[in-house]
Amino acid sequence: MAGELSSHKVRGVTVRARRGGSGDPLLFLHGANGLPVWLPVFDLLSQHFEVIVPEHPGFGASDNPPWMRNIGDLAMYYLDFIEAFHYPVHLVGQSLGGWAAAELAVRNCTRLKSLTLLAPAGIRIKGMLPGDNFIWDAEEAVRNLYHDQSIADRILAMPMSEEDADLALTTRYAATKLGWEPRWFNPSLERWLHRINVRTLIVWGKNDKLFPVEYAKRWGDGIPASRVEIVPDCGHVPAVEKPDVTAKAIVRQYAETR
Amino acid sequence: MQFTFFHLMPYRPLDMTERHKHRAAWVVLPNSLYDPKKGADEYQSYIDQLVYAEKLGFDVIAVNEHHQTAYGLMPAPNLIAANLIARTSTVKIAIVGRALPLVNNPVNIAEEFAMLDNLSRGRIITGFVRGIGNEYHATGINPYWSHERFQEAHDLIVQAWTRPGPFAFEGEHFNNRYVNLWPRPYQTPHPPIWIPSMGSSETIEWAADPARKYPFLVTFSGRDLVARYLNLYREQAKQFGYECSPNQLGWASPVYVADTDARAREEARAGMESLFNDYLAVPFQMLLPPGYTSLSSMKNTMRIRKQLGAQKRHSLEELMESGTVVVGSPKTVRDELSALRDKTGASNLVTMLQFGVLPDDLAKRNMEMFASEVMPHLKD
Repeated sequence: MAGELSSHKVRGVTVRARRGGSGDPLLFLHGANGLPVWLPVFDLLSQHFEVIVPEHPGFGASDNPPWMRNIGDLAMYYLDFIEAFHYPVHLVGQSLGGWAAAELAVRNCTRLKSLTLLAPAGIRIKGMLPGDNFIWDAEEAVRNLYHDQSIADRILAMPMSEEDADLALTTRYAATKLGWEPRWFNPSLERWLHRINVRTLIVWGKNDKLFPVEYAKRWGDGIPASRVEIVPDCGHVPAVEKPDVTAKAIVRQYAETR
Repeated sequence: MQFTFFHLMPYRPLDMTERHKHRAAWVVLPNSLYDPKKGADEYQSYIDQLVYAEKLGFDVIAVNEHHQTAYGLMPAPNLIAANLIARTSTVKIAIVGRALPLVNNPVNIAEEFAMLDNLSRGRIITGFVRGIGNEYHATGINPYWSHERFQEAHDLIVQAWTRPGPFAFEGEHFNNRYVNLWPRPYQTPHPPIWIPSMGSSETIEWAADPARKYPFLVTFSGRDLVARYLNLYREQAKQFGYECSPNQLGWASPVYVADTDARAREEARAGMESLFNDYLAVPFQMLLPPGYTSLSSMKNTMRIRKQLGAQKRHSLEELMESGTVVVGSPKTVRDELSALRDKTGASNLVTMLQFGVLPDDLAKRNMEMFASEVMPHLKD
């Protein structure tokens, strides 16, 4: 069944992953809240791709190797990871995952077919502070991610098992390790964005309360073959809040690479 | 017993209505609520109280470090310690403590303590802490590395005090090509190191290690927790193969003494309740940022928290009931303190005799009564 959990071992590190569909491989790197459930957007994408959604090392139930200390380590890990595929991959990253994807791409694009950054962390515009999702309480942290509060209501109403709560806590620790300081960015990343030489799509919710939508243009300016898509009535997670728009934009870019 | 007079130096003129419009009296509380003229008066009162404690016969006077908060006005406690050195003659001066993970060069802490130790001719007691979780919001230091940075900074500081310099320190977080303190500490091998803690098994095991045997102080905890943690330390020492001495064990508590129980309650109420509800209370996300505690203790904390439900204000009676604070007539206070001493074998009592909004006149009377009616009965 699409989205069932499997485990993948790369260079001695075992991570969990969800996968589904068939076609060219699409690697989706999740955000700070960890491995999502099999989302509607994955169903839409799996009509065109083999979608693989790994859980980052250190997050949830994946291995936490001691060398995993910063975002650069995560990017290098995923370079190892995509070498295991026979074909270059379409790389998609959400927020923290988008940051890791960009760090990977500035290092080496040879195994990438395209890049999609969904409201990525990773760069900083002075005077344009992100929201402080470490000081937000549990409810604020959910509400501030979505423009449509009925989505937040649904998420907040979902019961959580003790086991899932423990995994969420592990994920929160791992995200803190990577993003607390400097807060959600790498001071060096922006100056190397010109190294990204594959088609790149940048998608941003117009009502993002974590990273203001102004960041989208800055990413677009930095990456040569890029296109920016601003999604109206949408918060920080277009893949969840606007799955149709998000999938359509990714598929459109895919068509352009063929 | 050994008696310490400890001060947090709270900002008492705080507008509490304004305070509760914000998440906490920490980090996000606008500093426009701080009036420098009133603040200067606060410093003067508090330093006078610390100096007076020497005259009253306390063994140790103590200060500590907190950042960006009305809870305590000492982001740089060593500045206060330097002032106290000049105004006292024999009393020990404890800085309990400096928050080691929060600095980017721990050698600075080693240097400052060494200076104070020389200036005071060996009257300094140091304390090493990690800071409250709020401090990681205030400084930007990543709480995920809090434990690692603490261990490494500790090693660096103790080596700086004891190893002939210059030497190189090679760590994960701290790398110093030259470590070579001028001045070296006055005391040999180095000033005492106390470990104040809310109590965690990792900290207890580390402090009790025979290589360290650091005096351990349980802070802001009810009497059952104090007893539990101190007995854990004692057990840990036994497992290491030695019997821990009474001066390795201590606890810190706000105390108020008046001639009768009723009067003590009446006078202490506003100060005690403000300390816990207005100054100290902070949301969970600030108090325990991810990584500040180990993952396993955080998982337990989350479960307990889920059972407890929403936080509410603590009344003086609740705080007394749990033994988090000690309030009453001289006899009540003597009985309460000696009971916990007898139960734990601890000999190191750190008192907070000014707390929260407690005004100067009451703080002074409290100090005097404690010194004349309680201390002599509990001295060894």
